[in-house]
Amino acid sequence: MKNWWKYVTVLLLFYTVIAGFLTETPRLAILNESIRNLYFHVPMWFGMTVILTVSMVYSIKYLANPTIQNDIMAKEAANVGILYGILGLGTGMVWAKYTWGDWWVNDPKLNGAAIGMLIYFAYLVLRSSFAEQQQRARISAVYNIFAFVALIPLLFILPRLTDSLHPGNGGNPGFGAYDLDNNMRLVFYPAVLGWIGLAFWLLNLRSRAEKINNRLHEQF
Amino acid sequence: MNNFRKYATVLLGFCWLLLGLPALAQTTSDIPMADQFRADGKIYVVIAVVSVILLGIVVFLFMLDKKLSRLEKQIKG
Repeated sequence: MKNWWKYVTVLLLFYTVIAGFLTETPRLAILNESIRNLYFHVPMWFGMTVILTVSMVYSIKYLANPTIQNDIMAKEAANVGILYGILGLGTGMVWAKYTWGDWWVNDPKLNGAAIGMLIYFAYLVLRSSFAEQQQRARISAVYNIFAFVALIPLLFILPRLTDSLHPGNGGNPGFGAYDLDNNMRLVFYPAVLGWIGLAFWLLNLRSRAEKINNRLHEQF
Repeated sequence: MNNFRKYATVLLGFCWLLLGLPALAQTTSDIPMADQFRADGKIYVVIAVVSVILLGIVVFLFMLDKKLSRLEKQIKG
């Protein structure tokens, strides 16, 4: 059955929720039980990165083969990526408030994520500024590629070059180094797969709806 | 007399080391976690609540999926 991956995604998400709260975690100061946020906050960013990669790929595909389907996929994948990015920022802010003491800190990872989100918001604004479909698709495809190329250094390179509070950057060990013992990996990896699966399902639903919408408007 | 001093020093040194034993006890109880919460069984309430929300969202997504499939069939026909 061609929707098998949707059922697997649902199973993985239920597993994440149940095992995420039941299984043992390392007892660490400051984090305490909030270490379980690892199963929710981090997969948001993994999911965002994967789905924005898909978006860029469809933008490249559009430039090579200007069909409306490619444009719809690029746009809807960007939409899902932006959703996940906003949720990642939101969950991160809550986590920061109760561990670092403030909703936001002047940190390269956080600032990079915020700037990355702004770049993708600008993509949406750019799209809405064109009336003609083909021009909109072409210009936003080019912008989308640049947006992704800017996002990668912002999120993954710059924060590692300087001081940062965020785990995995600025000389801090990532969670994998000492906090994430084998127990947590048993939940974390399935969680990442589950949340990425959900991102693809959301993309699937939105792109199908847009394609139907497009076909309806074609006929009239 | 010298032997006595030697043994006394070693014994005294050993006693100082024994004072470090309580440090081993810090591996589990010093960091506060939700142990009482779990002992009371309340963690299952948390799991149940989040599962209900997740189930609701998943059912909604499946229904939306079906609706789109129906529309796609209509368009094809």
